[in-house]
Amino acid sequence: MLMALAAISLITLFIWPMWRITLIAPQYPEGVDLFIYINKIGGDSPGTLQNINILNHYIGMKFIEPDSIPELTYFPYIIFAMIGLGLVAAGINKASVYLGWAILFVILAILGIYDFYLWEYDYGHSLSPNAPIKIPGASFQPPLFGKKDIINFTAISLPHTSGIIAGCSILLAGLAWRLRRRG
Amino acid sequence: MKNQLHFSRFFWSLILLVSFGLLASCGQQGSTQSSATLSGGDVASAVYVAPGEHDEFYGFFSGGFSGQVSVYGLPSGRLLKIIPVFSVDAEKGYGFNEETKPMLNTSFGFVPWDDSHHPELSQTNGETDGRWLFINGNNTPRVARLDLSTFETAEIIEIPNSGGNHSSPFTTENTEYVVAGTRFSVPYPQADVSIDSYAENFKGMLTFIKVGEDGDMEIAFQILLPAFDYDLAHSGKGKSHGWTFFTSYNTEQKNTLLEVSASQNDKDFIAAINWKKAEEFIASGKYKEVPARYFNNEYDDHTHMATSKEVKSVKVLTPADCPGLVYFLPTPKSPHGVDVDPTGEYIVGNGKLSADLTVHSFTKMQAAIENKAFDGEIAGVPVLKFDEVVGGVVKEPGLGPLHTEFDAKGNAYTTFFISSEIVKWKVGTWEVLDRIPCYYSVGHLMIPGGDSKKPQGKYMVALNKITKDRYLPTGPEMAHSAQLYDISGDKMKLLLDFPTMGEPHYAQGISADRIVSKSKKFYRIEDNKHPYRAMGEKDARVERDGKTVHVYMTTIRSHFAPDNIEGVRVGDKVLFHVTNLEQDWDVPHGFAVMGANNAELLIMPGQTETLLWEPDRVGVIPFYCTDFCSALHQEMQGYIRVSPANSNTPLKWGLGDEFKEGVAMN
Repeated sequence: MLMALAAISLITLFIWPMWRITLIAPQYPEGVDLFIYINKIGGDSPGTLQNINILNHYIGMKFIEPDSIPELTYFPYIIFAMIGLGLVAAGINKASVYLGWAILFVILAILGIYDFYLWEYDYGHSLSPNAPIKIPGASFQPPLFGKKDIINFTAISLPHTSGIIAGCSILLAGLAWRLRRRG
Repeated sequence: MKNQLHFSRFFWSLILLVSFGLLASCGQQGSTQSSATLSGGDVASAVYVAPGEHDEFYGFFSGGFSGQVSVYGLPSGRLLKIIPVFSVDAEKGYGFNEETKPMLNTSFGFVPWDDSHHPELSQTNGETDGRWLFINGNNTPRVARLDLSTFETAEIIEIPNSGGNHSSPFTTENTEYVVAGTRFSVPYPQADVSIDSYAENFKGMLTFIKVGEDGDMEIAFQILLPAFDYDLAHSGKGKSHGWTFFTSYNTEQKNTLLEVSASQNDKDFIAAINWKKAEEFIASGKYKEVPARYFNNEYDDHTHMATSKEVKSVKVLTPADCPGLVYFLPTPKSPHGVDVDPTGEYIVGNGKLSADLTVHSFTKMQAAIENKAFDGEIAGVPVLKFDEVVGGVVKEPGLGPLHTEFDAKGNAYTTFFISSEIVKWKVGTWEVLDRIPCYYSVGHLMIPGGDSKKPQGKYMVALNKITKDRYLPTGPEMAHSAQLYDISGDKMKLLLDFPTMGEPHYAQGISADRIVSKSKKFYRIEDNKHPYRAMGEKDARVERDGKTVHVYMTTIRSHFAPDNIEGVRVGDKVLFHVTNLEQDWDVPHGFAVMGANNAELLIMPGQTETLLWEPDRVGVIPFYCTDFCSALHQEMQGYIRVSPANSNTPLKWGLGDEFKEGVAMN
């Protein structure tokens, strides 16, 4: 039962964002929110991505174009597969299968976060040589987790609703494994 | 009669003496007053809105002879915006860009100026609702509707058969109608007649403009009345809903030296119009469809363009054919404002040349009509007996009453122009409760919601006609002075002076929360239906059509696309259709090109605006963004090459490394 819940809860990845990067500066008092979903990148308004790209172009950062990020296309299939495997695992109802699913998901999650880091590194370092503003020694790479000052902005990067739910899903699978082993 | 005349002369000499005396002593009074209030201590904090915090109320002030509306925050008195309405505004390109030129179209052609007097907020159930603001154009008779989600002029309608639209646009309690009464009676129909034939040929027309659910205005009907000067109006509310009251002066029907000739009658009239009855007469066909010619101009937030539509007739009701449509309430003397209290029972006639303030009772008026308590009739309009309609008189409250507004506690506040003061009195008992001087010579006053069923006021604004020494001197012309008072206690208290734009006549106030949540931040680019839009840089291009060159240009921080254009010739008409691709709050771009004979464009995010430019000389001409948009704003510039009229320079445009060549369409 818990195992099935763990699998099904992953559907929320398609509904709510899994990660949020917030940019705060004096002239953006309400902050600019970039939301990362399993299959798309959006903002708090339809124009947010364009606005972030406009800000980034001063320092020569590449435009964030969801169409050029292949992960947004194939990550959903991995999640579908994990939901399917999770339901199969629930059907088999064996502690070892539960544990296997949880470990597999942890590995995938670590790979996913590493991939996220690589993208951030790429955005932060592959700057156009024609950038209007060049600041020697400055790091423009957004933080992976937590808070970082990037020139005039403070960037805050944290898991969001469905990311937290996915984390709980691993815990649920782990709990299912523990209960099954005892029972 | 002779005695009366003597008395009257004596009375007027007295008034003149008093007013001269007041003006002469202005300086000293002003300085003592301000030091007294400042030493009050808490006055400054009462109007202090800390940096980053918002005012509690919006104040919409008419721009008078500027033709515009200015928006203030209250209680701080900070100017938030000037909204162009009846006058061109080079700053915003209003009336200069191709999209807004039709807004100022009239039967007289393009009229780029007017005199705006009375802003009026739309109402629902007698309460201000923050949807629209209406305002009259006095000179070339018009009424405008402003959309309070964009703070832009959305519609203007011209009023036919009118000589000056002063008693306007006062709304009914659900914004069924706004009204437009003529201040100057004119020949009806207009004709080449002797001015001396005034009483015979001239008429006064009152107009009812129907306001649709979406705000759309159209003239429902006009009412033909004797040639008086119809000065101000207010509609009934609650029990008197269904009626509109217009004051009149010059019931003497004179056409020269009116300051004397139109001040002879002891009583003039308030015309009470039963507009629900009017609807019945229209439904039963009791009207004449009369040829007319007037324009109705509307701005569309999707095409970002105004269109001007000609209308060719109007329905006219004549009181003689429509019994029960109009009654005259005799009112001393040359009444200016007519103000209905929040209950709808009392109709205050501010008799500006009267020593007392006359208040009519709606209940008594109904009974007088029922009992046919008439004192004859004029042009088919029964004149009600004065004693049968008066509900009360405020005895000798001051000199020169002009306007009255109300608070939520049953008090009325009346401005007195000659004695330069506001007097607070009790509705029903008619006793004077308090009085406070105004600096100087107050006209209108405004309490937020003070002419509605639900006054919101703890503040009151006096709109003064004379400024003199209230601010640092700025030469002969000075900003008119507004003054803010605290009316939450028993005693009125002066809090603040602040300058205003043009000559604000009336104003309206509304608690900010009724507007803030509806305020638009930018236009969605997907909703842009402008025929010459460019939805992205991929659409940016130049097209030649004979001697007309269409430039489909885009702006985004911080460049134009295209920013290099060649192939334009002397004598061409170049139309820059500039689409602002930004989708963020507060990122307008400007567009200006050297030698343009009109103005700049100021394009809001998601909008398209068009500037006509007619190059008259060969050369390479720069253009640039005028609104500081980003750290690279100063780089937001471009060039357009102008070749001789007979040259073969190919049409070519581009941005960065990408250049394209085009072919002429014919």
